[in-house]
Amino acid sequence: MTNKMMRKQLEYDFTLVRNERLAEKTWLMELQAPADAPADLIARPGQYVNIEVEGKFLRRPISVCDWTSDGRLTLLYDVVGEGTAAMSAWQPGRSVNMLAPLGNGFDVNALGERPLLIGGGIGIAPLYWLAKAIVAAGRKPTVVLGFNKGADVVFVDQFREVTDEVYVATANGECGVKGFVTDVDAVKDAASFSAYAACGPYPMMRALGTMLPERGQLSLDERMACGFGICMCCCIATRSGLKGICKAGPVFRSEDLIWK
Amino acid sequence: MEKDKDLSVSLCGVKLQNPVVPASGCFGFGYVMSEYYDINCLGAISIKGTTREPRAGNPLPRVAECEAGMINSVGLQNPGIDAVVAQELPKLREVYSRPIIANISGFSIDEYVECCAKADAAPQVDIIELNVSCPNVHGGGMSFGTQCESVAEVTRAVKAVAKKPLFVKLSPNVTDIVAIARAAEEAGADGICLINTLLGMRIDIRTRRAIVANVMGGFSGPAIFPVAVRMVWQVAQACGIPVMGCGGVSTARDVIEMMMAGATAVQVGAANLRDPYACPRIIEALPAEMERLGISSLSEIIGAAHGK
Ligand SMILES: Cc1cc2nc3c(=O)[nH]c(=O)nc-3n(C[C@H](O)[C@H](O)[C@H](O)COP(=O)(O)O)c2cc1C
Repeated sequence: MTNKMMRKQLEYDFTLVRNERLAEKTWLMELQAPADAPADLIARPGQYVNIEVEGKFLRRPISVCDWTSDGRLTLLYDVVGEGTAAMSAWQPGRSVNMLAPLGNGFDVNALGERPLLIGGGIGIAPLYWLAKAIVAAGRKPTVVLGFNKGADVVFVDQFREVTDEVYVATANGECGVKGFVTDVDAVKDAASFSAYAACGPYPMMRALGTMLPERGQLSLDERMACGFGICMCCCIATRSGLKGICKAGPVFRSEDLIWK
Repeated sequence: MEKDKDLSVSLCGVKLQNPVVPASGCFGFGYVMSEYYDINCLGAISIKGTTREPRAGNPLPRVAECEAGMINSVGLQNPGIDAVVAQELPKLREVYSRPIIANISGFSIDEYVECCAKADAAPQVDIIELNVSCPNVHGGGMSFGTQCESVAEVTRAVKAVAKKPLFVKLSPNVTDIVAIARAAEEAGADGICLINTLLGMRIDIRTRRAIVANVMGGFSGPAIFPVAVRMVWQVAQACGIPVMGCGGVSTARDVIEMMMAGATAVQVGAANLRDPYACPRIIEALPAEMERLGISSLSEIIGAAHGK
Protein backbone atom coordinates (compact mmCIF):
# COMPACT_ATOMS: atom_id res chain seq x y z
CA MET A 1 0.00 0.00 0.00
CA THR A 2 1.31 3.48 -0.81
CA ASN A 3 2.27 5.84 1.99
CA LYS A 4 -0.34 8.32 0.88
CA MET A 5 -3.13 6.53 2.76
CA MET A 6 -1.02 4.95 5.54
CA ARG A 7 -1.20 6.59 8.95
CA LYS A 8 0.31 4.05 11.29
CA GLN A 9 2.17 1.05 9.98
CA LEU A 10 1.05 -2.13 11.73
CA GLU A 11 2.41 -4.71 9.32
CA TYR A 12 6.08 -5.65 9.06
CA ASP A 13 8.15 -8.36 7.41
CA PHE A 14 10.70 -9.59 9.93
CA THR A 15 13.55 -11.97 9.07
CA LEU A 16 13.81 -15.19 11.04
CA VAL A 17 17.21 -15.51 12.67
CA ARG A 18 16.80 -18.47 14.99
CA ASN A 19 14.05 -21.02 15.63
CA GLU A 20 14.76 -23.81 18.07
CA ARG A 21 13.12 -26.09 20.55
CA LEU A 22 13.85 -25.29 24.21
CA ALA A 23 11.52 -27.71 26.01
CA GLU A 24 9.07 -30.51 25.23
CA LYS A 25 6.52 -28.22 23.62
CA THR A 26 8.16 -24.79 23.78
CA TRP A 27 10.14 -23.12 21.00
CA LEU A 28 12.13 -19.92 20.80
CA MET A 29 12.11 -17.70 17.75
CA GLU A 30 14.43 -14.78 17.19
CA LEU A 31 13.63 -12.32 14.43
CA GLN A 32 15.21 -9.20 13.03
CA ALA A 33 13.02 -6.18 12.30
CA PRO A 34 13.26 -4.59 8.84
CA ALA A 35 15.71 -1.66 8.66
CA ASP A 36 12.92 0.94 8.48
CA ALA A 37 11.24 -0.19 11.71
CA PRO A 38 11.73 2.33 14.56
CA ALA A 39 13.95 1.35 17.50
CA ASP A 40 10.95 1.73 19.81
CA LEU A 41 8.56 -0.18 17.51
CA ILE A 42 7.54 -2.36 20.43
CA ALA A 43 7.06 0.10 23.23
CA ARG A 44 6.21 -1.95 26.29
CA PRO A 45 6.64 -5.42 27.74
CA GLY A 46 3.32 -7.29 27.55
CA GLN A 47 2.59 -6.22 23.98
CA TYR A 48 2.27 -8.95 21.37
CA VAL A 49 2.59 -9.57 17.64
CA ASN A 50 0.15 -11.37 15.32
CA ILE A 51 1.93 -13.68 12.93
CA GLU A 52 0.77 -14.76 9.49
CA VAL A 53 1.02 -18.51 8.86
CA GLU A 54 0.63 -19.74 5.28
CA GLY A 55 -2.60 -21.57 4.69
CA LYS A 56 -4.15 -20.29 7.93
CA PHE A 57 -6.81 -17.62 7.75
CA LEU A 58 -6.24 -16.12 11.19
CA ARG A 59 -2.88 -14.92 12.42
CA ARG A 60 -1.25 -16.35 15.54
CA PRO A 61 -0.95 -13.92 18.46
CA ILE A 62 2.38 -14.36 20.32
CA SER A 63 3.63 -12.33 23.30
CA VAL A 64 6.85 -10.41 22.98
CA CYS A 65 9.42 -12.19 25.18
CA ASP A 66 12.17 -9.67 24.47
CA TRP A 67 12.80 -6.66 22.26
CA THR A 68 16.02 -4.71 21.95
CA SER A 69 16.45 -1.33 20.26
CA ASP A 70 18.59 -2.89 17.50
CA GLY A 71 15.38 -4.51 16.23
CA ARG A 72 15.86 -7.98 17.67
CA LEU A 73 12.60 -9.64 18.66
CA THR A 74 12.45 -12.81 20.77
CA LEU A 75 9.30 -14.92 21.00
CA LEU A 76 8.57 -18.06 22.98
CA TYR A 77 5.73 -20.21 21.71
CA ASP A 78 4.15 -23.56 22.50
CA VAL A 79 3.47 -25.91 19.61
CA VAL A 80 -0.21 -26.63 20.27
CA GLY A 81 -1.91 -26.86 16.89
CA GLU A 82 -1.34 -26.89 13.15
CA GLY A 83 -0.41 -23.21 12.98
CA THR A 84 2.30 -23.32 15.62
CA ALA A 85 3.51 -26.70 14.27
CA ALA A 86 4.02 -25.02 10.88
CA MET A 87 5.90 -22.18 12.57
CA SER A 88 8.26 -24.63 14.26
CA ALA A 89 9.39 -25.87 10.84
CA TRP A 90 10.40 -22.40 9.61
CA GLN A 91 14.07 -22.05 8.72
CA PRO A 92 16.30 -19.05 9.51
CA GLY A 93 16.44 -16.53 6.68
CA ARG A 94 12.75 -16.67 5.85
CA SER A 95 10.53 -13.65 5.98
CA VAL A 96 7.82 -13.57 8.66
CA ASN A 97 4.87 -11.23 8.18
CA MET A 98 3.34 -9.85 11.36
CA LEU A 99 1.20 -7.11 12.81
CA ALA A 100 3.22 -5.31 15.48
CA PRO A 101 2.99 -3.97 18.06
CA LEU A 102 -0.43 -4.94 19.40
CA GLY A 103 -2.01 -4.52 22.83
CA ASN A 104 -1.35 -2.16 25.72
CA GLY A 105 1.41 -3.90 27.69
CA PHE A 106 2.39 -3.67 31.37
CA ASP A 107 2.79 -0.38 33.23
CA VAL A 108 6.29 -0.75 34.68
CA ASN A 109 6.09 2.32 36.94
CA ALA A 110 2.78 1.27 38.48
CA LEU A 111 4.45 -1.95 39.64
CA GLY A 112 6.33 0.07 42.25
CA GLU A 113 9.59 -0.55 44.13
CA ARG A 114 9.24 -4.29 44.79
CA PRO A 115 7.26 -6.04 42.08
CA LEU A 116 6.31 -9.69 42.04
CA LEU A 117 6.08 -11.33 38.62
CA ILE A 118 4.06 -14.56 38.29
CA GLY A 119 4.07 -16.65 35.12
CA GLY A 120 2.42 -19.95 34.26
CA GLY A 121 3.41 -22.12 31.29
CA ILE A 122 3.96 -20.13 28.11
CA GLY A 123 2.66 -17.11 30.07
CA ILE A 124 6.19 -16.66 31.41
CA ALA A 125 7.25 -15.19 28.03
CA PRO A 126 6.17 -11.54 28.45
CA LEU A 127 7.56 -11.46 32.00
CA TYR A 128 11.13 -11.79 30.74
CA TRP A 129 11.30 -8.39 29.07
CA LEU A 130 9.21 -6.98 31.91
CA ALA A 131 11.79 -8.22 34.44
CA LYS A 132 14.58 -6.63 32.38
CA ALA A 133 12.65 -3.34 32.18
CA ILE A 134 12.14 -3.32 35.95
CA VAL A 135 15.88 -3.89 36.53
CA ALA A 136 16.68 -1.14 34.00
CA ALA A 137 14.44 1.18 36.03
CA GLY A 138 16.63 0.47 39.07
CA ARG A 139 14.30 -1.93 40.90
CA LYS A 140 14.45 -5.59 41.71
CA PRO A 141 11.73 -8.01 40.64
CA THR A 142 10.91 -11.33 42.28
CA VAL A 143 9.88 -13.94 39.71
CA VAL A 144 7.70 -17.04 40.21
CA LEU A 145 7.44 -19.45 37.29
CA GLY A 146 4.99 -22.37 37.24
CA PHE A 147 4.87 -25.36 34.89
CA ASN A 148 3.01 -28.64 34.69
CA LYS A 149 6.03 -30.95 34.71
CA GLY A 150 9.80 -31.01 34.51
CA ALA A 151 9.89 -31.38 30.72
CA ASP A 152 7.95 -28.12 30.37
CA VAL A 153 10.36 -26.02 32.45
CA VAL A 154 11.89 -23.39 30.22
CA PHE A 155 13.80 -20.08 30.32
CA VAL A 156 14.56 -20.25 34.06
CA ASP A 157 18.30 -19.65 33.53
CA GLN A 158 17.56 -16.61 31.40
CA PHE A 159 15.38 -15.17 34.18
CA ARG A 160 18.16 -15.90 36.71
CA GLU A 161 20.55 -13.73 34.68
CA VAL A 162 18.13 -10.82 35.18
CA THR A 163 17.36 -11.29 38.88
CA ASP A 164 18.54 -13.67 41.59
CA GLU A 165 15.05 -14.09 43.04
CA VAL A 166 13.53 -16.69 40.77
CA TYR A 167 11.29 -19.46 42.13
CA VAL A 168 9.95 -22.43 40.20
CA ALA A 169 6.93 -24.64 40.82
CA THR A 170 5.79 -27.73 38.93
CA ALA A 171 2.37 -29.30 39.39
CA ASN A 172 3.87 -32.80 39.61
CA GLY A 173 6.83 -31.74 41.76
CA GLU A 174 9.54 -32.70 39.26
CA CYS A 175 11.17 -29.31 39.63
CA GLY A 176 11.07 -26.72 42.42
CA VAL A 177 8.04 -26.42 44.67
CA LYS A 178 5.38 -29.12 44.12
CA GLY A 179 2.15 -27.42 43.20
CA PHE A 180 0.92 -24.27 41.51
CA VAL A 181 2.38 -20.77 41.59
CA THR A 182 -0.06 -20.05 44.44
CA ASP A 183 1.84 -22.64 46.54
CA VAL A 184 5.08 -20.68 46.31
CA ASP A 185 5.94 -18.64 49.46
CA ALA A 186 6.50 -15.41 47.55
CA VAL A 187 2.95 -15.59 46.14
CA LYS A 188 1.44 -16.51 49.50
CA ASP A 189 3.27 -13.47 50.83
CA ALA A 190 2.21 -11.24 47.91
CA ALA A 191 0.99 -8.53 50.34
CA SER A 192 4.61 -7.69 51.13
CA PHE A 193 5.28 -6.70 47.51
CA SER A 194 4.47 -3.31 46.02
CA ALA A 195 2.37 -4.84 43.21
CA TYR A 196 2.27 -7.89 40.96
CA ALA A 197 2.13 -8.74 37.26
CA ALA A 198 0.91 -12.11 35.97
CA CYS A 199 0.38 -14.05 32.79
CA GLY A 200 -0.76 -17.64 32.47
CA PRO A 201 -3.69 -19.97 31.78
CA TYR A 202 -7.19 -18.85 32.79
CA PRO A 203 -7.48 -20.98 35.98
CA MET A 204 -4.23 -19.52 37.28
CA MET A 205 -5.32 -15.97 36.44
CA ARG A 206 -8.66 -16.48 38.14
CA ALA A 207 -6.97 -17.92 41.22
CA LEU A 208 -4.60 -14.94 41.43
CA GLY A 209 -7.27 -12.38 40.57
CA THR A 210 -9.62 -13.60 43.30
CA MET A 211 -6.86 -14.18 45.89
CA LEU A 212 -5.08 -10.89 45.13
CA PRO A 213 -7.76 -8.50 43.86
CA GLU A 214 -5.61 -5.39 44.32
CA ARG A 215 -2.45 -3.94 42.80
CA GLY A 216 -2.22 -6.55 40.07
CA GLN A 217 -1.67 -6.33 36.32
CA LEU A 218 -2.99 -9.47 34.64
CA SER A 219 -2.32 -10.36 31.03
CA LEU A 220 -5.20 -12.42 29.59
CA ASP A 221 -4.90 -15.00 26.85
CA GLU A 222 -8.00 -15.67 24.71
CA ARG A 223 -8.84 -16.75 21.20
CA MET A 224 -8.93 -13.56 19.16
CA ALA A 225 -9.34 -12.67 15.51
CA CYS A 226 -8.16 -9.22 14.36
CA GLY A 227 -5.83 -8.15 17.19
CA PHE A 228 -6.46 -4.43 16.66
CA GLY A 229 -9.91 -3.85 18.12
CA ILE A 230 -12.50 -4.01 15.36
CA CYS A 231 -14.23 -7.42 15.35
CA MET A 232 -15.26 -7.75 19.01
CA CYS A 233 -14.41 -11.46 19.00
CA CYS A 234 -12.46 -11.20 22.30
CA CYS A 235 -14.54 -8.79 24.40
CA ILE A 236 -14.99 -9.38 28.14
CA ALA A 237 -17.03 -7.60 30.78
CA THR A 238 -14.87 -5.48 33.09
CA ARG A 239 -15.86 -3.08 35.87
CA SER A 240 -15.37 -0.27 33.37
CA GLY A 241 -17.54 -1.87 30.66
CA LEU A 242 -16.98 -4.31 27.80
CA LYS A 243 -13.36 -4.35 26.67
CA GLY A 244 -11.60 -6.09 23.80
CA ILE A 245 -8.69 -8.12 25.16
CA CYS A 246 -6.77 -7.58 21.91
CA LYS A 247 -6.55 -3.78 22.06
CA ALA A 248 -7.70 -2.50 25.47
CA GLY A 249 -5.69 -5.44 26.92
CA PRO A 250 -4.22 -7.97 27.05
CA VAL A 251 -3.09 -6.45 30.38
CA PHE A 252 -5.87 -5.44 32.79
CA ARG A 253 -5.75 -4.04 36.30
CA SER A 254 -6.87 -6.68 38.81
CA GLU A 255 -9.42 -4.17 40.19
CA ASP A 256 -11.09 -4.04 36.77
CA LEU A 257 -11.59 -7.76 36.22
CA ILE A 258 -14.73 -9.75 37.01
CA TRP A 259 -14.20 -13.48 37.68
CA LYS A 260 -16.80 -16.13 36.93
CA MET B 1 -4.26 4.53 -18.62
CA GLU B 2 -4.65 3.55 -14.97
CA LYS B 3 -5.13 7.10 -13.77
CA ASP B 4 -8.11 7.67 -16.05
CA LYS B 5 -10.11 4.80 -14.58
CA ASP B 6 -13.55 5.62 -13.22
CA LEU B 7 -14.19 3.65 -10.04
CA SER B 8 -17.32 5.50 -8.95
CA VAL B 9 -20.72 3.88 -8.56
CA SER B 10 -24.10 5.09 -7.42
CA LEU B 11 -26.33 3.27 -4.90
CA CYS B 12 -29.89 4.61 -4.98
CA GLY B 13 -28.57 8.11 -5.59
CA VAL B 14 -25.79 7.83 -3.00
CA LYS B 15 -22.53 8.38 -4.84
CA LEU B 16 -19.58 6.16 -3.88
CA GLN B 17 -16.09 7.13 -5.13
CA ASN B 18 -15.38 3.41 -5.44
CA PRO B 19 -17.40 0.25 -4.75
CA VAL B 20 -15.33 -0.99 -1.79
CA VAL B 21 -17.22 -1.00 1.52
CA PRO B 22 -16.03 -2.64 4.77
CA ALA B 23 -18.80 -5.02 5.87
CA SER B 24 -20.72 -4.71 9.11
CA GLY B 25 -19.00 -6.23 12.13
CA CYS B 26 -15.61 -6.25 10.44
CA PHE B 27 -14.77 -2.58 10.89
CA GLY B 28 -16.22 -1.64 14.29
CA PHE B 29 -17.65 1.87 14.09
CA GLY B 30 -14.90 2.83 11.65
CA TYR B 31 -12.96 5.46 13.57
CA VAL B 32 -10.62 2.92 15.17
CA MET B 33 -9.35 2.09 11.68
CA SER B 34 -8.52 5.74 10.98
CA GLU B 35 -5.55 5.26 13.32
CA TYR B 36 -4.06 2.97 10.70
CA TYR B 37 -5.01 4.61 7.40
CA ASP B 38 -7.09 7.42 5.97
CA ILE B 39 -10.52 5.79 5.80
CA ASN B 40 -11.72 8.52 3.45
CA CYS B 41 -10.33 6.33 0.67
CA LEU B 42 -13.28 3.94 1.14
CA GLY B 43 -16.46 3.85 -0.93
CA ALA B 44 -18.64 3.75 2.20
CA ILE B 45 -18.56 2.11 5.65
CA SER B 46 -21.13 -0.29 7.08
CA ILE B 47 -21.03 0.04 10.86
CA LYS B 48 -21.35 -2.74 13.45
CA GLY B 49 -24.85 -4.23 13.71
CA THR B 50 -26.88 -2.13 16.10
CA THR B 51 -29.91 -3.09 18.19
CA ARG B 52 -32.41 -1.13 20.26
CA GLU B 53 -30.87 -2.12 23.59
CA PRO B 54 -27.13 -2.45 24.33
CA ARG B 55 -25.99 -6.07 23.98
CA ALA B 56 -23.05 -7.74 25.73
CA GLY B 57 -22.87 -10.48 23.09
CA ASN B 58 -22.02 -14.17 23.51
CA PRO B 59 -19.55 -15.77 25.93
CA LEU B 60 -15.95 -16.40 24.81
CA PRO B 61 -14.52 -18.08 22.81
CA ARG B 62 -16.30 -16.42 19.93
CA VAL B 63 -14.02 -17.39 17.10
CA ALA B 64 -12.86 -20.58 15.39
CA GLU B 65 -10.41 -20.94 12.55
CA CYS B 66 -11.47 -22.67 9.33
CA GLU B 67 -9.88 -23.55 6.02
CA ALA B 68 -9.87 -20.23 4.15
CA GLY B 69 -12.15 -18.56 6.66
CA MET B 70 -13.42 -18.28 10.19
CA ILE B 71 -16.46 -18.76 12.37
CA ASN B 72 -17.60 -15.94 14.64
CA SER B 73 -20.27 -15.84 17.32
CA VAL B 74 -19.93 -12.27 18.54
CA GLY B 75 -23.70 -12.27 19.18
CA LEU B 76 -24.33 -8.69 18.05
CA GLN B 77 -22.41 -7.03 20.85
CA ASN B 78 -23.13 -3.31 20.47
CA PRO B 79 -23.83 -0.27 22.68
CA GLY B 80 -27.45 0.14 21.46
CA ILE B 81 -28.89 2.61 18.94
CA ASP B 82 -29.04 5.60 21.32
CA ALA B 83 -25.33 5.38 22.12
CA VAL B 84 -24.51 4.76 18.46
CA VAL B 85 -26.40 7.90 17.43
CA ALA B 86 -25.09 10.01 20.32
CA GLN B 87 -21.47 8.85 20.35
CA GLU B 88 -20.29 6.44 17.68
CA LEU B 89 -21.66 8.20 14.58
CA PRO B 90 -20.37 11.68 15.59
CA LYS B 91 -16.97 10.12 16.38
CA LEU B 92 -16.88 8.52 12.94
CA ARG B 93 -17.97 11.75 11.26
CA GLU B 94 -15.05 13.61 12.85
CA VAL B 95 -12.59 11.56 10.82
CA TYR B 96 -14.64 10.46 7.82
CA SER B 97 -16.71 12.35 5.25
CA ARG B 98 -17.93 9.57 2.91
CA PRO B 99 -21.24 7.65 3.07
CA ILE B 100 -22.18 5.72 6.20
CA ILE B 101 -24.38 2.62 6.16
CA ALA B 102 -26.20 1.88 9.43
CA ASN B 103 -26.57 -1.89 9.90
CA ILE B 104 -29.64 -2.51 12.03
CA SER B 105 -30.65 -5.74 13.78
CA GLY B 106 -33.67 -6.63 15.80
CA PHE B 107 -35.54 -9.44 17.46
CA SER B 108 -39.07 -8.13 16.80
CA ILE B 109 -40.73 -5.91 14.20
CA ASP B 110 -41.16 -3.17 16.83
CA GLU B 111 -37.48 -3.21 17.62
CA TYR B 112 -36.45 -2.98 13.95
CA VAL B 113 -38.87 -0.11 13.39
CA GLU B 114 -37.76 1.88 16.42
CA CYS B 115 -34.09 1.33 15.68
CA CYS B 116 -34.38 2.16 11.98
CA ALA B 117 -36.38 5.32 12.71
CA LYS B 118 -33.57 6.51 14.98
CA ALA B 119 -30.90 5.64 12.41
CA ASP B 120 -32.95 7.34 9.70
CA ALA B 121 -33.12 10.52 11.78
CA ALA B 122 -29.36 10.56 12.38
CA PRO B 123 -27.82 13.11 9.99
CA GLN B 124 -24.64 11.02 9.55
CA VAL B 125 -26.47 8.02 8.09
CA ASP B 126 -26.85 7.73 4.30
CA ILE B 127 -28.18 4.20 3.87
CA ILE B 128 -29.94 1.78 6.21
CA GLU B 129 -28.99 -1.88 6.00
CA LEU B 130 -31.50 -4.20 7.60
CA ASN B 131 -29.86 -7.35 8.92
CA VAL B 132 -32.64 -9.96 8.83
CA SER B 133 -30.45 -12.86 9.98
CA CYS B 134 -31.52 -12.48 13.62
CA PRO B 135 -34.01 -14.80 15.28
CA ASN B 136 -37.58 -13.50 15.57
CA VAL B 137 -38.51 -13.85 19.24
CA HIS B 138 -42.21 -13.71 18.38
CA GLY B 139 -41.83 -16.18 15.51
CA GLY B 140 -40.59 -19.16 17.49
CA GLY B 141 -36.97 -18.03 17.20
CA MET B 142 -36.77 -18.62 13.44
CA SER B 143 -34.58 -16.07 11.70
CA PHE B 144 -36.58 -13.27 10.02
CA GLY B 145 -34.52 -13.84 6.90
CA THR B 146 -35.62 -17.43 6.33
CA GLN B 147 -39.22 -16.76 5.33
CA CYS B 148 -40.66 -14.54 2.61
CA GLU B 149 -43.52 -13.37 4.81
CA SER B 150 -41.35 -12.20 7.72
CA VAL B 151 -38.83 -10.53 5.38
CA ALA B 152 -41.69 -8.70 3.66
CA GLU B 153 -43.31 -7.76 6.95
CA VAL B 154 -40.17 -6.26 8.48
CA THR B 155 -39.22 -4.49 5.23
CA ARG B 156 -42.68 -2.94 4.89
CA ALA B 157 -42.76 -1.83 8.52
CA VAL B 158 -39.34 -0.20 8.33
CA LYS B 159 -40.01 1.35 4.94
CA ALA B 160 -43.00 3.12 6.48
CA VAL B 161 -40.77 5.01 8.94
CA ALA B 162 -37.47 5.40 7.04
CA LYS B 163 -36.89 7.97 4.31
CA LYS B 164 -33.32 6.96 3.52
CA PRO B 165 -32.50 4.17 1.05
CA LEU B 166 -33.21 0.81 2.66
CA PHE B 167 -31.05 -2.23 1.80
CA VAL B 168 -32.19 -5.58 3.15
CA LYS B 169 -29.21 -7.77 4.03
CA LEU B 170 -30.07 -11.40 3.38
CA SER B 171 -28.99 -14.59 5.08
CA PRO B 172 -27.68 -17.33 2.77
CA ASN B 173 -29.10 -20.01 5.09
CA VAL B 174 -32.27 -20.44 3.03
CA THR B 175 -33.52 -22.81 0.35
CA ASP B 176 -34.52 -20.15 -2.19
CA ILE B 177 -32.61 -16.86 -2.00
CA VAL B 178 -34.45 -15.50 -5.05
CA ALA B 179 -37.87 -15.83 -3.44
CA ILE B 180 -36.64 -14.03 -0.32
CA ALA B 181 -35.02 -11.23 -2.34
CA ARG B 182 -38.20 -10.77 -4.38
CA ALA B 183 -40.26 -10.60 -1.21
CA ALA B 184 -38.00 -7.79 0.05
CA GLU B 185 -38.21 -5.95 -3.26
CA GLU B 186 -42.00 -6.23 -3.43
CA ALA B 187 -42.25 -4.96 0.16
CA GLY B 188 -40.43 -1.79 -0.87
CA ALA B 189 -36.70 -2.44 -0.32
CA ASP B 190 -34.51 -0.01 -2.28
CA GLY B 191 -31.69 -2.51 -2.51
CA ILE B 192 -30.47 -5.95 -1.44
CA CYS B 193 -27.21 -6.76 0.35
CA LEU B 194 -25.99 -10.34 0.36
CA ILE B 195 -24.64 -12.55 1.79
CA ASN B 196 -24.42 -12.65 5.55
CA THR B 197 -22.48 -15.53 7.13
CA LEU B 198 -23.25 -19.22 6.57
CA LEU B 199 -24.16 -21.12 9.72
CA GLY B 200 -21.16 -23.25 10.64
CA MET B 201 -19.52 -25.22 13.42
CA ARG B 202 -16.10 -26.58 14.42
CA ILE B 203 -15.26 -29.17 17.08
CA ASP B 204 -12.05 -29.38 19.10
CA ILE B 205 -11.15 -33.04 18.57
CA ARG B 206 -9.08 -33.11 21.76
CA THR B 207 -11.81 -31.86 24.09
CA ARG B 208 -14.68 -33.23 21.91
CA ARG B 209 -16.53 -29.95 22.35
CA ALA B 210 -17.56 -27.17 19.97
CA ILE B 211 -14.81 -24.55 19.72
CA VAL B 212 -17.05 -21.49 20.06
CA ALA B 213 -18.93 -21.24 23.34
CA ASN B 214 -22.20 -20.67 21.50
CA VAL B 215 -21.59 -23.98 19.65
CA MET B 216 -22.56 -22.64 16.18
CA GLY B 217 -21.50 -19.43 14.51
CA GLY B 218 -21.29 -17.51 11.26
CA PHE B 219 -18.83 -18.82 8.67
CA SER B 220 -17.18 -16.24 6.42
CA GLY B 221 -13.98 -15.55 4.52
CA PRO B 222 -12.59 -16.56 1.09
CA ALA B 223 -14.16 -20.04 1.34
CA ILE B 224 -17.66 -18.61 0.90
CA PHE B 225 -16.87 -16.45 -2.14
CA PRO B 226 -18.35 -18.85 -4.74
CA VAL B 227 -21.59 -19.12 -2.75
CA ALA B 228 -21.79 -15.32 -2.56
CA VAL B 229 -21.12 -14.85 -6.29
CA ARG B 230 -23.80 -17.39 -7.14
CA MET B 231 -26.40 -15.78 -4.88
CA VAL B 232 -25.58 -12.24 -6.07
CA TRP B 233 -25.90 -13.44 -9.66
CA GLN B 234 -29.29 -15.08 -9.00
CA VAL B 235 -30.69 -12.09 -7.10
CA ALA B 236 -29.39 -9.52 -9.61
CA GLN B 237 -31.04 -11.57 -12.36
CA ALA B 238 -34.39 -11.69 -10.58
CA CYS B 239 -34.63 -8.22 -9.02
CA GLY B 240 -34.65 -4.71 -10.42
CA ILE B 241 -33.05 -2.98 -7.41
CA PRO B 242 -29.31 -2.51 -6.77
CA VAL B 243 -27.33 -5.24 -5.03
CA MET B 244 -24.41 -4.92 -2.65
CA GLY B 245 -22.34 -8.10 -2.92
CA CYS B 246 -20.62 -9.51 0.14
CA GLY B 247 -18.88 -12.73 1.10
CA GLY B 248 -15.27 -13.84 0.84
CA VAL B 249 -13.98 -10.82 -1.05
CA SER B 250 -10.28 -10.20 -0.51
CA THR B 251 -8.79 -8.94 -3.80
CA ALA B 252 -9.49 -6.41 -6.56
CA ARG B 253 -10.23 -9.34 -8.87
CA ASP B 254 -12.90 -10.59 -6.43
CA VAL B 255 -14.49 -7.11 -6.49
CA ILE B 256 -14.63 -7.18 -10.29
CA GLU B 257 -16.07 -10.70 -10.32
CA MET B 258 -18.73 -9.75 -7.76
CA MET B 259 -19.67 -6.71 -9.86
CA MET B 260 -19.89 -8.84 -12.99
CA ALA B 261 -22.30 -11.08 -11.06
CA GLY B 262 -24.49 -8.02 -10.58
CA ALA B 263 -23.21 -6.09 -7.56
CA THR B 264 -23.14 -2.30 -7.65
CA ALA B 265 -21.02 -2.10 -4.50
CA VAL B 266 -18.92 -4.79 -2.85
CA GLN B 267 -18.46 -5.33 0.86
CA VAL B 268 -15.29 -6.71 2.42
CA GLY B 269 -15.68 -8.50 5.76
CA ALA B 270 -13.32 -11.02 7.31
CA ALA B 271 -10.42 -9.96 5.05
CA ASN B 272 -10.09 -6.81 7.22
CA LEU B 273 -9.43 -8.96 10.27
CA ARG B 274 -6.46 -10.69 8.72
CA ASP B 275 -5.10 -7.61 6.96
CA PRO B 276 -6.03 -4.22 8.43
CA TYR B 277 -5.08 -2.63 5.09
CA ALA B 278 -7.23 -5.02 3.00
CA CYS B 279 -9.62 -2.32 1.72
CA PRO B 280 -7.08 0.34 0.70
CA ARG B 281 -5.00 -2.40 -0.94
CA ILE B 282 -7.99 -3.54 -2.98
CA ILE B 283 -8.85 0.05 -3.94
CA GLU B 284 -5.26 0.75 -5.03
CA ALA B 285 -5.10 -2.47 -7.06
CA LEU B 286 -8.36 -1.83 -8.94
CA PRO B 287 -7.10 0.57 -11.66
CA ALA B 288 -4.29 -1.79 -12.76
CA GLU B 289 -6.68 -4.74 -12.76
CA MET B 290 -9.18 -2.74 -14.82
CA GLU B 291 -6.42 -1.80 -17.26
CA ARG B 292 -5.49 -5.47 -17.71
CA LEU B 293 -9.13 -6.36 -18.36
CA GLY B 294 -9.85 -3.42 -20.64
CA ILE B 295 -12.38 -1.82 -18.27
CA SER B 296 -12.52 1.98 -18.19
CA SER B 297 -15.45 2.46 -15.83
CA LEU B 298 -16.47 0.04 -13.11
CA SER B 299 -20.15 0.90 -13.39
CA GLU B 300 -20.06 -0.55 -16.93
CA ILE B 301 -19.37 -4.07 -15.69
CA ILE B 302 -22.24 -4.35 -13.18
CA GLY B 303 -24.08 -7.51 -14.16
CA ALA B 304 -21.79 -8.12 -17.16
CA ALA B 305 -21.99 -11.88 -16.58
CA HIS B 306 -25.71 -11.81 -17.30
CA GLY B 307 -25.08 -11.07 -20.93
CA LYS B 308 -27.56 -8.20 -20.67
C1 LIG C 1 -16.65 -10.87 13.32
C2 LIG C 1 -17.83 -10.63 12.41
C3 LIG C 1 -18.91 -9.87 12.86
C4 LIG C 1 -20.02 -9.64 12.03
N1 LIG C 1 -21.05 -8.84 12.48
C5 LIG C 1 -22.10 -8.55 11.64
C6 LIG C 1 -23.14 -7.66 12.04
O1 LIG C 1 -23.11 -7.10 13.15
N2 LIG C 1 -24.17 -7.43 11.18
C7 LIG C 1 -24.21 -8.00 9.93
O2 LIG C 1 -25.14 -7.74 9.16
N3 LIG C 1 -23.22 -8.84 9.51
C8 LIG C 1 -22.18 -9.11 10.33
N4 LIG C 1 -21.16 -9.95 9.89
C9 LIG C 1 -21.25 -10.51 8.55
C10 LIG C 1 -20.42 -9.72 7.56
O3 LIG C 1 -20.86 -8.39 7.47
C11 LIG C 1 -20.46 -10.38 6.17
O4 LIG C 1 -21.78 -10.36 5.69
C12 LIG C 1 -19.98 -11.82 6.18
O5 LIG C 1 -18.90 -11.97 7.08
C13 LIG C 1 -19.53 -12.31 4.80
O6 LIG C 1 -18.47 -11.53 4.31
P1 LIG C 1 -16.91 -11.95 4.43
O7 LIG C 1 -16.78 -13.34 3.92
O8 LIG C 1 -16.18 -10.93 3.61
O9 LIG C 1 -16.57 -11.87 5.88
C14 LIG C 1 -20.06 -10.20 10.72
C15 LIG C 1 -18.97 -10.96 10.29
C16 LIG C 1 -17.86 -11.18 11.10
C17 LIG C 1 -16.71 -12.00 10.58
